[in-house]
Amino acid sequence: MPSAWTIDDVRSAIADGRTTASALAGQFYDRIKKEDSDVGAFLTLCEERALAQARRIDAMAEAGEPLPPLAGVPVAIKDVMVTSGVRTTAGSKILENFIPPYDCTAVARLEAAGAVILGKLNCDEFAMGSSNENSAFHPVHNPRDKSRVPGGSSGGSAAAVAAGMAVVTLGSDTGGSIRQPASFCGVVGLKPTYGRVSRYGLIAFASSLDHIGPFAKTVKEAALVLGAIAGRDPMDPTSANISVPDYVAELENPVRGLKVGVAKEYFGSGLDPEVRAAVEAAIQKLAELGCEVVPVSLPHTEYAIPTYYIVATAEASSNLARYDGVRYGFRAKANTLSEMYRRSRDGGFGMEVKRRIMLGTYALSAGYYDAYYLKAQKVRTLLTRDFDEAFEGVDVIAAPTCPTPAFRLGEKVNDPLAMYLADIYTVTANLAGIPGISIPCGESHEKLPIGLQFFGRHFDEATVLRVAHAYEQSR
Amino acid sequence: MKVTGKDVAYVAALANLELSDEERDRMSRDLNSILEYVDRLSELDTDRVLPMAQVSDRYELQSQKESDCFAYAIREDIKEGLRKSLPHDVAVKNAPDTDGTFFEVPKVIER
Repeated sequence: MPSAWTIDDVRSAIADGRTTASALAGQFYDRIKKEDSDVGAFLTLCEERALAQARRIDAMAEAGEPLPPLAGVPVAIKDVMVTSGVRTTAGSKILENFIPPYDCTAVARLEAAGAVILGKLNCDEFAMGSSNENSAFHPVHNPRDKSRVPGGSSGGSAAAVAAGMAVVTLGSDTGGSIRQPASFCGVVGLKPTYGRVSRYGLIAFASSLDHIGPFAKTVKEAALVLGAIAGRDPMDPTSANISVPDYVAELENPVRGLKVGVAKEYFGSGLDPEVRAAVEAAIQKLAELGCEVVPVSLPHTEYAIPTYYIVATAEASSNLARYDGVRYGFRAKANTLSEMYRRSRDGGFGMEVKRRIMLGTYALSAGYYDAYYLKAQKVRTLLTRDFDEAFEGVDVIAAPTCPTPAFRLGEKVNDPLAMYLADIYTVTANLAGIPGISIPCGESHEKLPIGLQFFGRHFDEATVLRVAHAYEQSR
Repeated sequence: MKVTGKDVAYVAALANLELSDEERDRMSRDLNSILEYVDRLSELDTDRVLPMAQVSDRYELQSQKESDCFAYAIREDIKEGLRKSLPHDVAVKNAPDTDGTFFEVPKVIER
Protein backbone atom coordinates (compact mmCIF):
# COMPACT_ATOMS: atom_id res chain seq x y z
CA MET A 1 0.00 0.00 0.00
CA PRO A 2 1.52 3.32 -1.03
CA SER A 3 1.68 5.88 1.71
CA ALA A 4 -1.07 8.47 1.50
CA TRP A 5 0.99 11.34 2.90
CA THR A 6 1.08 14.54 0.88
CA ILE A 7 3.08 17.65 1.73
CA ASP A 8 -0.11 19.36 2.96
CA ASP A 9 -0.99 16.34 5.16
CA VAL A 10 2.46 16.39 6.73
CA ARG A 11 2.43 20.13 7.46
CA SER A 12 -1.03 20.15 8.98
CA ALA A 13 -0.46 16.97 11.02
CA ILE A 14 2.71 18.48 12.50
CA ALA A 15 1.17 21.92 13.03
CA ASP A 16 -1.88 20.38 14.79
CA GLY A 17 0.29 18.11 16.92
CA ARG A 18 -1.20 14.92 15.43
CA THR A 19 2.30 13.69 14.68
CA THR A 20 5.87 14.92 14.93
CA ALA A 21 8.52 15.21 12.25
CA SER A 22 10.60 12.71 14.25
CA ALA A 23 7.79 10.15 14.45
CA LEU A 24 7.06 10.55 10.76
CA ALA A 25 10.71 10.09 9.80
CA GLY A 26 10.72 6.91 11.91
CA GLN A 27 7.63 5.62 10.09
CA PHE A 28 9.22 6.24 6.71
CA TYR A 29 12.43 4.47 7.74
CA ASP A 30 10.34 1.49 8.89
CA ARG A 31 8.61 1.47 5.55
CA ILE A 32 11.92 1.69 3.64
CA LYS A 33 13.34 -1.22 5.64
CA LYS A 34 10.26 -3.28 4.85
CA GLU A 35 9.66 -2.34 1.20
CA ASP A 36 13.01 -1.46 -0.30
CA SER A 37 14.59 -4.92 -0.23
CA ASP A 38 12.74 -5.84 -3.44
CA VAL A 39 12.65 -2.33 -4.97
CA GLY A 40 16.26 -1.22 -4.44
CA ALA A 41 15.57 2.53 -4.55
CA PHE A 42 17.97 3.58 -1.80
CA LEU A 43 21.76 3.44 -1.79
CA THR A 44 22.40 5.23 1.52
CA LEU A 45 20.24 6.19 4.49
CA CYS A 46 21.20 9.21 6.60
CA GLU A 47 19.16 8.73 9.76
CA GLU A 48 21.35 10.93 11.91
CA ARG A 49 20.98 13.94 9.62
CA ALA A 50 17.26 13.27 9.15
CA LEU A 51 16.51 13.00 12.85
CA ALA A 52 18.52 16.13 13.69
CA GLN A 53 16.44 18.08 11.14
CA ALA A 54 13.20 16.48 12.39
CA ARG A 55 14.00 17.56 15.95
CA ARG A 56 14.55 21.14 14.75
CA ILE A 57 11.12 21.12 13.09
CA ASP A 58 9.51 19.57 16.17
CA ALA A 59 11.04 22.26 18.38
CA MET A 60 9.60 24.95 16.09
CA ALA A 61 6.16 23.33 16.15
CA GLU A 62 6.28 23.00 19.91
CA ALA A 63 7.25 26.65 20.30
CA GLY A 64 4.33 27.61 18.07
CA GLU A 65 6.65 29.19 15.49
CA PRO A 66 5.45 29.48 11.88
CA LEU A 67 6.50 26.33 10.01
CA PRO A 68 8.43 26.54 6.73
CA PRO A 69 6.66 25.27 3.57
CA LEU A 70 8.12 21.74 3.63
CA ALA A 71 8.28 21.36 7.43
CA GLY A 72 8.90 17.74 8.36
CA VAL A 73 8.32 16.40 4.83
CA PRO A 74 10.29 13.16 4.32
CA VAL A 75 12.25 13.52 1.08
CA ALA A 76 15.09 11.67 -0.64
CA ILE A 77 17.74 12.73 -3.10
CA LYS A 78 19.13 11.14 -6.25
CA ASP A 79 22.71 10.15 -5.52
CA VAL A 80 24.15 12.58 -8.06
CA MET A 81 23.60 15.55 -5.73
CA VAL A 82 26.32 15.97 -3.13
CA THR A 83 25.40 15.93 0.53
CA SER A 84 27.82 17.13 3.17
CA GLY A 85 28.97 14.23 5.30
CA VAL A 86 26.66 11.75 3.56
CA ARG A 87 28.17 9.33 1.04
CA THR A 88 27.45 10.32 -2.57
CA THR A 89 28.27 7.74 -5.26
CA ALA A 90 26.63 8.87 -8.53
CA GLY A 91 25.81 5.15 -8.81
CA SER A 92 29.48 4.50 -9.59
CA LYS A 93 32.22 2.35 -8.10
CA ILE A 94 34.62 5.21 -8.70
CA LEU A 95 32.83 7.25 -5.99
CA GLU A 96 31.80 4.28 -3.83
CA ASN A 97 33.36 5.78 -0.68
CA PHE A 98 33.12 9.50 -1.50
CA ILE A 99 31.96 11.70 1.39
CA PRO A 100 31.35 15.22 0.01
CA PRO A 101 32.47 18.23 2.05
CA TYR A 102 29.53 20.44 0.96
CA ASP A 103 25.84 20.43 0.05
CA CYS A 104 24.25 20.78 -3.37
CA THR A 105 22.27 24.07 -3.45
CA ALA A 106 18.96 22.33 -4.25
CA VAL A 107 19.45 19.99 -1.29
CA ALA A 108 20.37 22.85 1.04
CA ARG A 109 17.30 24.79 -0.11
CA LEU A 110 15.00 21.83 0.49
CA GLU A 111 16.39 21.44 3.98
CA ALA A 112 16.09 25.18 4.62
CA ALA A 113 12.42 24.85 3.64
CA GLY A 114 12.02 22.27 6.42
CA ALA A 115 12.32 18.98 4.50
CA VAL A 116 13.77 15.92 6.24
CA ILE A 117 16.31 14.13 4.04
CA LEU A 118 15.96 10.37 4.54
CA GLY A 119 18.71 9.22 2.21
CA LYS A 120 20.23 8.94 -1.23
CA LEU A 121 18.61 7.24 -4.19
CA ASN A 122 19.87 4.72 -6.70
CA CYS A 123 20.39 5.78 -10.32
CA ASP A 124 22.22 4.85 -13.48
CA GLU A 125 25.95 5.43 -13.13
CA PHE A 126 26.63 9.17 -13.57
CA ALA A 127 22.96 9.46 -14.66
CA MET A 128 23.78 7.64 -17.90
CA GLY A 129 20.96 5.29 -18.73
CA SER A 130 17.24 4.88 -19.30
CA SER A 131 16.49 1.84 -17.12
CA ASN A 132 18.54 2.17 -13.93
CA GLU A 133 20.32 -1.07 -14.89
CA ASN A 134 23.61 0.84 -15.18
CA SER A 135 23.84 1.39 -11.43
CA ALA A 136 27.14 -0.07 -10.24
CA PHE A 137 25.38 -1.32 -7.10
CA HIS A 138 22.06 -2.92 -7.97
CA PRO A 139 19.14 -2.31 -10.33
CA VAL A 140 15.86 -0.72 -9.20
CA HIS A 141 12.61 -2.61 -9.70
CA ASN A 142 9.47 -0.77 -10.77
CA PRO A 143 7.10 -0.82 -7.76
CA ARG A 144 4.14 -1.19 -10.14
CA ASP A 145 5.55 -4.41 -11.64
CA LYS A 146 8.78 -5.67 -10.18
CA SER A 147 9.79 -7.52 -13.37
CA ARG A 148 9.96 -4.11 -15.10
CA VAL A 149 12.50 -1.31 -15.04
CA PRO A 150 11.56 1.93 -13.23
CA GLY A 151 13.10 3.96 -16.05
CA GLY A 152 16.25 5.97 -15.71
CA SER A 153 18.41 7.50 -14.90
CA SER A 154 16.47 8.74 -11.84
CA GLY A 155 14.89 5.29 -11.32
CA GLY A 156 15.31 5.32 -7.55
CA SER A 157 13.72 8.78 -7.28
CA ALA A 158 10.61 7.69 -9.19
CA ALA A 159 10.35 4.32 -7.45
CA ALA A 160 10.69 5.83 -3.95
CA VAL A 161 7.71 8.13 -4.54
CA ALA A 162 5.67 5.40 -6.26
CA ALA A 163 6.29 2.99 -3.35
CA GLY A 164 5.56 5.61 -0.67
CA MET A 165 9.11 5.51 0.70
CA ALA A 166 9.40 9.32 0.46
CA VAL A 167 6.75 12.01 -0.04
CA VAL A 168 8.79 13.79 -2.69
CA THR A 169 12.25 13.25 -4.18
CA LEU A 170 14.75 15.13 -6.30
CA GLY A 171 16.12 13.76 -9.55
CA SER A 172 18.18 15.05 -12.44
CA ASP A 173 17.24 15.15 -16.12
CA THR A 174 19.84 15.38 -18.89
CA GLY A 175 17.83 13.69 -21.67
CA GLY A 176 14.62 12.65 -19.94
CA SER A 177 15.94 11.16 -16.71
CA ILE A 178 13.16 12.71 -14.59
CA ARG A 179 10.20 12.53 -16.98
CA GLN A 180 10.80 9.02 -18.36
CA PRO A 181 10.99 7.26 -14.95
CA ALA A 182 8.04 9.35 -13.71
CA SER A 183 6.09 8.00 -16.69
CA PHE A 184 7.19 4.39 -16.06
CA CYS A 185 6.36 4.50 -12.33
CA GLY A 186 3.10 6.47 -12.55
CA VAL A 187 4.18 9.62 -10.70
CA VAL A 188 4.68 13.31 -11.54
CA GLY A 189 8.16 14.42 -12.66
CA LEU A 190 9.17 17.96 -13.59
CA LYS A 191 12.22 19.16 -15.50
CA PRO A 192 12.37 22.94 -15.13
CA THR A 193 13.87 25.45 -17.59
CA TYR A 194 17.66 25.42 -17.93
CA GLY A 195 18.82 28.01 -15.40
CA ARG A 196 15.71 27.81 -13.19
CA VAL A 197 17.36 25.59 -10.55
CA SER A 198 21.02 25.86 -9.58
CA ARG A 199 23.24 22.97 -10.65
CA TYR A 200 25.80 23.68 -7.93
CA GLY A 201 26.62 20.35 -6.30
CA LEU A 202 25.03 18.28 -9.06
CA ILE A 203 27.72 15.86 -10.22
CA ALA A 204 28.19 16.98 -13.82
CA PHE A 205 27.27 14.69 -16.72
CA ALA A 206 26.55 17.14 -19.59
CA SER A 207 26.60 20.67 -18.21
CA SER A 208 24.53 22.34 -20.93
CA LEU A 209 21.79 19.71 -20.61
CA ASP A 210 21.74 18.82 -16.88
CA HIS A 211 18.72 19.91 -14.82
CA ILE A 212 17.52 19.22 -11.26
CA GLY A 213 13.80 18.76 -10.62
CA PRO A 214 11.18 17.16 -8.36
CA PHE A 215 9.20 13.91 -8.33
CA ALA A 216 5.87 13.88 -6.47
CA LYS A 217 2.49 12.16 -6.38
CA THR A 218 0.66 15.35 -7.42
CA VAL A 219 1.35 18.40 -9.58
CA LYS A 220 0.73 20.70 -6.63
CA GLU A 221 3.51 19.05 -4.63
CA ALA A 222 5.89 19.31 -7.58
CA ALA A 223 5.00 23.04 -7.75
CA LEU A 224 5.72 23.46 -4.04
CA VAL A 225 9.11 21.78 -4.31
CA LEU A 226 10.06 23.75 -7.41
CA GLY A 227 9.24 26.98 -5.53
CA ALA A 228 11.61 25.91 -2.75
CA ILE A 229 14.60 25.03 -4.95
CA ALA A 230 14.30 27.56 -7.81
CA GLY A 231 16.10 30.88 -8.19
CA ARG A 232 19.44 32.51 -8.67
CA ASP A 233 22.45 30.98 -6.95
CA PRO A 234 25.78 32.81 -7.12
CA MET A 235 27.53 29.43 -7.09
CA ASP A 236 26.06 28.54 -10.50
CA PRO A 237 26.66 31.27 -13.08
CA THR A 238 24.12 29.66 -15.43
CA SER A 239 21.34 29.97 -12.85
CA ALA A 240 19.05 32.77 -13.95
CA ASN A 241 18.33 35.92 -12.01
CA ILE A 242 14.63 35.76 -12.83
CA SER A 243 12.09 36.05 -10.02
CA VAL A 244 10.39 32.85 -8.86
CA PRO A 245 6.58 33.07 -9.03
CA ASP A 246 4.23 31.49 -6.49
CA TYR A 247 3.73 28.32 -8.52
CA VAL A 248 1.06 26.92 -6.18
CA ALA A 249 -1.06 30.09 -6.27
CA GLU A 250 -0.93 30.10 -10.08
CA LEU A 251 -2.19 26.50 -10.33
CA GLU A 252 -5.78 27.60 -9.84
CA ASN A 253 -5.83 30.09 -12.73
CA PRO A 254 -8.30 28.93 -15.39
CA VAL A 255 -7.05 26.95 -18.39
CA ARG A 256 -10.01 27.92 -20.59
CA GLY A 257 -8.68 29.53 -23.76
CA LEU A 258 -5.12 28.24 -23.36
CA LYS A 259 -3.67 26.97 -26.61
CA VAL A 260 -2.33 23.42 -26.44
CA GLY A 261 -0.08 22.44 -29.34
CA VAL A 262 0.04 18.90 -30.69
CA ALA A 263 2.95 17.94 -32.96
CA LYS A 264 2.48 15.03 -35.36
CA GLU A 265 6.20 14.25 -35.04
CA TYR A 266 5.50 12.92 -31.53
CA PHE A 267 2.84 10.48 -32.73
CA GLY A 268 4.76 8.67 -35.49
CA SER A 269 5.85 5.08 -35.94
CA GLY A 270 7.26 3.38 -32.86
CA LEU A 271 4.57 4.83 -30.59
CA ASP A 272 2.75 2.08 -28.72
CA PRO A 273 -0.97 2.12 -29.66
CA GLU A 274 -2.10 2.10 -26.03
CA VAL A 275 0.17 5.06 -25.22
CA ARG A 276 -1.16 6.91 -28.26
CA ALA A 277 -4.78 6.24 -27.24
CA ALA A 278 -4.19 7.40 -23.65
CA VAL A 279 -2.41 10.60 -24.71
CA GLU A 280 -5.02 11.40 -27.37
CA ALA A 281 -7.78 10.89 -24.79
CA ALA A 282 -5.96 13.27 -22.44
CA ILE A 283 -5.75 15.91 -25.18
CA GLN A 284 -9.47 15.45 -25.82
CA LYS A 285 -10.04 16.01 -22.10
CA LEU A 286 -8.12 19.29 -22.28
CA ALA A 287 -10.38 20.39 -25.14
CA GLU A 288 -13.38 19.63 -22.92
CA LEU A 289 -11.81 21.82 -20.23
CA GLY A 290 -11.86 24.72 -22.68
CA CYS A 291 -8.34 24.56 -24.08
CA GLU A 292 -7.91 25.14 -27.77
CA VAL A 293 -6.03 22.26 -29.39
CA VAL A 294 -3.78 23.52 -32.18
CA PRO A 295 -1.61 21.46 -34.56
CA VAL A 296 2.06 22.51 -34.51
CA SER A 297 5.12 21.32 -36.35
CA LEU A 298 8.48 20.39 -34.84
CA PRO A 299 10.10 19.25 -38.08
CA HIS A 300 13.58 18.40 -36.77
CA THR A 301 12.41 16.03 -34.05
CA GLU A 302 13.80 12.94 -35.80
CA TYR A 303 17.29 14.42 -35.47
CA ALA A 304 17.04 14.93 -31.71
CA ILE A 305 18.48 11.59 -30.55
CA PRO A 306 21.61 11.71 -32.76
CA THR A 307 22.16 15.37 -31.78
CA TYR A 308 21.71 14.57 -28.11
CA TYR A 309 24.06 11.59 -28.08
CA ILE A 310 26.85 13.65 -29.61
CA VAL A 311 26.41 16.77 -27.45
CA ALA A 312 25.84 14.82 -24.23
CA THR A 313 28.73 12.41 -24.69
CA ALA A 314 31.13 15.16 -25.77
CA GLU A 315 30.37 17.12 -22.62
CA ALA A 316 30.52 13.94 -20.53
CA SER A 317 33.95 12.99 -21.86
CA SER A 318 35.21 16.36 -20.66
CA ASN A 319 33.36 16.40 -17.33
CA LEU A 320 34.45 12.88 -16.40
CA ALA A 321 38.11 13.62 -17.05
CA ARG A 322 38.28 14.73 -13.40
CA TYR A 323 38.03 11.14 -12.15
CA ASP A 324 41.69 10.25 -12.19
CA GLY A 325 42.24 8.67 -8.78
CA VAL A 326 44.29 11.60 -7.44
CA ARG A 327 42.17 13.71 -5.08
CA TYR A 328 39.18 11.51 -4.32
CA GLY A 329 37.50 8.35 -5.52
CA PHE A 330 38.83 4.95 -6.47
CA ARG A 331 42.56 4.56 -7.13
CA ALA A 332 44.04 1.44 -8.70
CA LYS A 333 47.52 0.24 -7.82
CA ALA A 334 50.06 1.28 -10.43
CA ASN A 335 53.76 2.04 -10.86
CA THR A 336 53.50 5.22 -12.89
CA LEU A 337 51.13 8.17 -12.82
CA SER A 338 49.66 7.60 -16.28
CA GLU A 339 49.13 3.92 -15.52
CA MET A 340 47.36 4.98 -12.33
CA TYR A 341 44.99 7.27 -14.24
CA ARG A 342 44.11 4.58 -16.78
CA ARG A 343 43.71 1.72 -14.34
CA SER A 344 41.68 3.81 -11.89
CA ARG A 345 39.27 4.84 -14.65
CA ASP A 346 39.19 1.35 -16.13
CA GLY A 347 38.35 -0.22 -12.79
CA GLY A 348 36.07 2.58 -11.56
CA PHE A 349 33.77 3.18 -14.55
CA GLY A 350 31.14 0.78 -15.86
CA MET A 351 30.61 -0.17 -19.51
CA GLU A 352 27.99 2.46 -20.41
CA VAL A 353 30.07 5.27 -18.91
CA LYS A 354 33.14 4.08 -20.83
CA ARG A 355 31.05 3.84 -24.01
CA ARG A 356 29.90 7.44 -23.64
CA ILE A 357 33.37 8.73 -22.79
CA MET A 358 34.66 6.95 -25.91
CA LEU A 359 31.88 8.28 -28.15
CA GLY A 360 32.33 11.82 -26.80
CA THR A 361 36.11 11.72 -27.10
CA TYR A 362 35.77 10.40 -30.66
CA ALA A 363 33.29 13.17 -31.61
CA LEU A 364 35.66 15.82 -30.26
CA SER A 365 38.86 14.36 -31.67
CA ALA A 366 40.85 15.93 -34.49
CA GLY A 367 39.28 15.19 -37.87
CA TYR A 368 35.82 14.42 -36.46
CA TYR A 369 34.98 17.60 -34.54
CA ASP A 370 33.29 19.37 -37.48
CA ALA A 371 31.47 16.30 -38.74
CA TYR A 372 30.03 15.36 -35.36
CA TYR A 373 30.27 17.89 -32.55
CA LEU A 374 29.93 21.11 -34.56
CA LYS A 375 27.23 19.53 -36.71
CA ALA A 376 25.28 18.48 -33.63
CA GLN A 377 25.56 21.98 -32.13
CA LYS A 378 24.09 23.42 -35.33
CA VAL A 379 21.22 20.94 -35.39
CA ARG A 380 20.63 21.87 -31.75
CA THR A 381 19.95 25.40 -32.97
CA LEU A 382 17.41 24.05 -35.47
CA LEU A 383 15.67 21.95 -32.81
CA THR A 384 15.46 24.97 -30.50
CA ARG A 385 14.08 27.15 -33.31
CA ASP A 386 11.35 24.57 -33.91
CA PHE A 387 10.13 25.20 -30.36
CA ASP A 388 10.53 28.99 -30.61
CA GLU A 389 8.32 28.99 -33.69
CA ALA A 390 5.75 26.62 -32.22
CA PHE A 391 5.45 28.69 -29.04
CA GLU A 392 4.57 31.76 -31.09
CA GLY A 393 1.18 30.11 -31.60
CA VAL A 394 0.60 27.97 -28.51
CA ASP A 395 1.06 28.16 -24.72
CA VAL A 396 2.06 24.54 -24.11
CA ILE A 397 2.72 21.45 -26.23
CA ALA A 398 1.25 18.06 -25.27
CA ALA A 399 3.00 14.80 -26.17
CA PRO A 400 3.62 11.29 -24.90
CA THR A 401 6.53 11.10 -22.43
CA CYS A 402 7.78 7.74 -23.74
CA PRO A 403 6.95 5.61 -26.76
CA THR A 404 6.07 2.59 -24.57
CA PRO A 405 5.23 1.71 -20.97
CA ALA A 406 8.01 0.31 -18.75
CA PHE A 407 10.00 -2.47 -20.43
CA ARG A 408 11.35 -5.59 -18.72
CA LEU A 409 14.62 -5.73 -16.82
CA GLY A 410 17.28 -7.05 -19.18
CA GLU A 411 15.22 -6.37 -22.31
CA LYS A 412 17.46 -3.65 -23.81
CA VAL A 413 20.63 -4.10 -21.83
CA ASN A 414 22.68 -5.42 -24.76
CA ASP A 415 21.53 -2.90 -27.34
CA PRO A 416 22.67 0.63 -26.45
CA LEU A 417 20.93 2.21 -29.44
CA ALA A 418 17.55 0.66 -28.54
CA MET A 419 18.03 1.96 -25.00
CA TYR A 420 18.83 5.47 -26.30
CA LEU A 421 15.61 5.48 -28.33
CA ALA A 422 13.60 5.25 -25.09
CA ASP A 423 14.42 8.98 -24.73
CA ILE A 424 13.06 9.97 -28.14
CA TYR A 425 10.29 12.28 -26.83
CA THR A 426 12.22 13.77 -23.92
CA VAL A 427 15.68 14.82 -25.18
CA THR A 428 14.36 17.74 -27.22
CA ALA A 429 13.40 19.68 -24.08
CA ASN A 430 16.96 19.34 -22.75
CA LEU A 431 18.51 20.49 -26.01
CA ALA A 432 16.16 23.51 -26.13
CA GLY A 433 16.26 24.13 -22.36
CA ILE A 434 12.46 24.38 -22.09
CA PRO A 435 10.46 23.07 -19.13
CA GLY A 436 8.74 19.67 -19.36
CA ILE A 437 6.54 17.67 -17.04
CA SER A 438 5.30 14.08 -17.09
CA ILE A 439 2.05 13.18 -15.36
CA PRO A 440 0.11 9.91 -15.32
CA CYS A 441 -2.67 9.68 -17.93
CA GLY A 442 -3.74 6.06 -17.90
CA GLU A 443 -2.61 2.45 -17.86
CA SER A 444 -1.85 -0.24 -20.40
CA HIS A 445 -3.77 -3.53 -20.47
CA GLU A 446 -0.95 -4.89 -18.27
CA LYS A 447 -1.72 -2.17 -15.68
CA LEU A 448 1.50 -0.30 -16.48
CA PRO A 449 1.37 3.50 -16.11
CA ILE A 450 1.38 5.78 -19.16
CA GLY A 451 2.80 9.31 -19.02
CA LEU A 452 1.55 12.52 -20.61
CA GLN A 453 4.12 15.24 -21.22
CA PHE A 454 3.72 19.00 -21.46
CA PHE A 455 6.41 21.39 -22.72
CA GLY A 456 6.31 25.14 -22.09
CA ARG A 457 8.15 28.32 -22.93
CA HIS A 458 11.43 29.15 -21.21
CA PHE A 459 10.75 30.07 -17.55
CA ASP A 460 7.03 29.44 -17.94
CA GLU A 461 6.80 26.49 -15.55
CA ALA A 462 3.67 28.18 -14.13
CA THR A 463 1.62 27.48 -17.28
CA VAL A 464 3.02 23.95 -17.65
CA LEU A 465 2.07 23.20 -14.04
CA ARG A 466 -1.35 24.83 -14.41
CA VAL A 467 -2.34 22.72 -17.43
CA ALA A 468 -0.97 19.56 -15.79
CA HIS A 469 -2.89 20.35 -12.59
CA ALA A 470 -6.13 21.01 -14.48
CA TYR A 471 -5.83 17.70 -16.31
CA GLU A 472 -4.94 15.84 -13.11
CA GLN A 473 -7.98 17.31 -11.29
CA SER A 474 -10.28 16.33 -14.16
CA ARG A 475 -9.40 12.63 -13.99
CA MET B 1 32.97 -0.11 -40.45
CA LYS B 2 33.88 3.49 -39.72
CA VAL B 3 35.59 2.91 -36.39
CA THR B 4 38.43 0.41 -36.58
CA GLY B 5 40.20 -1.37 -33.75
CA LYS B 6 43.05 1.08 -34.21
CA ASP B 7 40.67 4.03 -33.76
CA VAL B 8 39.34 2.49 -30.56
CA ALA B 9 42.84 2.12 -29.16
CA TYR B 10 43.70 5.71 -30.13
CA VAL B 11 40.53 7.20 -28.61
CA ALA B 12 40.91 5.08 -25.46
CA ALA B 13 44.40 6.50 -25.02
CA LEU B 14 43.05 10.06 -25.43
CA ALA B 15 40.41 9.34 -22.80
CA ASN B 16 42.87 7.71 -20.37
CA LEU B 17 41.10 4.36 -20.56
CA GLU B 18 42.83 1.02 -20.97
CA LEU B 19 39.94 -1.31 -21.95
CA SER B 20 40.25 -5.09 -22.09
CA ASP B 21 40.38 -6.89 -25.46
CA GLU B 22 36.77 -7.87 -25.00
CA GLU B 23 35.77 -4.28 -24.19
CA ARG B 24 37.59 -3.02 -27.29
CA ASP B 25 35.70 -5.42 -29.55
CA ARG B 26 32.41 -4.45 -28.05
CA MET B 27 33.28 -0.77 -28.18
CA SER B 28 34.05 -0.78 -31.90
CA ARG B 29 30.79 -2.66 -32.57
CA ASP B 30 28.73 -0.24 -30.42
CA LEU B 31 30.40 2.94 -31.70
CA ASN B 32 29.82 1.87 -35.29
CA SER B 33 26.16 1.17 -34.70
CA ILE B 34 25.63 4.49 -32.86
CA LEU B 35 27.60 6.55 -35.41
CA GLU B 36 25.69 4.98 -38.27
CA TYR B 37 22.52 6.30 -36.63
CA VAL B 38 24.14 9.70 -35.97
CA ASP B 39 25.09 10.03 -39.64
CA ARG B 40 21.53 11.03 -40.51
CA LEU B 41 22.51 14.51 -39.27
CA SER B 42 24.40 14.95 -42.55
CA GLU B 43 21.01 15.02 -44.37
CA LEU B 44 20.52 18.54 -42.99
CA ASP B 45 22.00 21.61 -44.61
CA THR B 46 23.45 23.61 -41.74
CA ASP B 47 25.88 25.85 -43.62
CA ARG B 48 24.12 29.02 -42.48
CA VAL B 49 23.18 27.83 -39.00
CA LEU B 50 25.06 29.05 -35.95
CA PRO B 51 26.17 26.38 -33.50
CA MET B 52 24.57 26.45 -30.07
CA ALA B 53 26.76 25.59 -27.09
CA GLN B 54 24.12 26.14 -24.47
CA VAL B 55 20.66 27.56 -24.13
CA SER B 56 21.48 30.60 -22.01
CA ASP B 57 23.40 32.04 -24.97
CA ARG B 58 20.01 32.42 -26.61
CA TYR B 59 18.50 34.49 -23.84
CA GLU B 60 21.27 36.99 -24.41
CA LEU B 61 20.48 37.13 -28.11
CA GLN B 62 16.77 37.56 -27.52
CA SER B 63 16.92 40.71 -25.47
CA GLN B 64 19.47 42.99 -23.95
CA LYS B 65 17.60 43.18 -20.69
CA GLU B 66 17.48 39.45 -20.24
CA SER B 67 21.23 39.28 -20.58
CA ASP B 68 21.31 40.73 -17.07
CA CYS B 69 19.72 37.46 -16.01
CA PHE B 70 23.05 35.72 -16.46
CA ALA B 71 25.59 37.92 -14.82
CA TYR B 72 28.38 35.52 -15.64
CA ALA B 73 31.31 37.42 -14.33
CA ILE B 74 29.84 38.92 -11.19
CA ARG B 75 29.63 36.37 -8.43
CA GLU B 76 28.12 37.82 -5.27
CA ASP B 77 30.36 35.73 -3.08
CA ILE B 78 33.59 37.02 -4.58
CA LYS B 79 32.71 40.67 -4.97
CA GLU B 80 34.49 41.32 -1.68
CA GLY B 81 37.44 39.10 -2.41
CA LEU B 82 38.02 35.42 -2.89
CA ARG B 83 35.52 32.90 -1.61
CA LYS B 84 36.88 30.92 1.28
CA SER B 85 38.54 27.67 0.23
CA LEU B 86 37.86 24.39 1.98
CA PRO B 87 40.02 23.94 5.08
CA HIS B 88 43.12 21.90 4.24
CA ASP B 89 42.19 18.85 6.32
CA VAL B 90 38.73 18.73 4.71
CA ALA B 91 40.16 19.05 1.20
CA VAL B 92 42.39 15.99 1.60
CA LYS B 93 39.88 13.89 3.52
CA ASN B 94 38.75 11.89 0.47
CA ALA B 95 42.26 11.45 -0.89
CA PRO B 96 43.26 7.85 -1.71
CA ASP B 97 46.80 8.68 -0.58
CA THR B 98 47.97 11.76 1.32
CA ASP B 99 50.63 12.79 3.78
CA GLY B 100 48.20 15.29 5.28
CA THR B 101 49.61 18.18 3.28
CA PHE B 102 49.77 16.89 -0.29
CA PHE B 103 47.99 14.36 -2.48
CA GLU B 104 50.52 11.57 -3.06
CA VAL B 105 50.84 9.86 -6.45
CA PRO B 106 53.30 7.43 -8.03
CA LYS B 107 56.61 8.97 -9.03
CA VAL B 108 56.18 11.29 -12.05
CA ILE B 109 59.80 12.02 -12.97
CA GLU B 110 62.45 9.34 -13.10
CA ARG B 111 65.90 10.58 -12.23
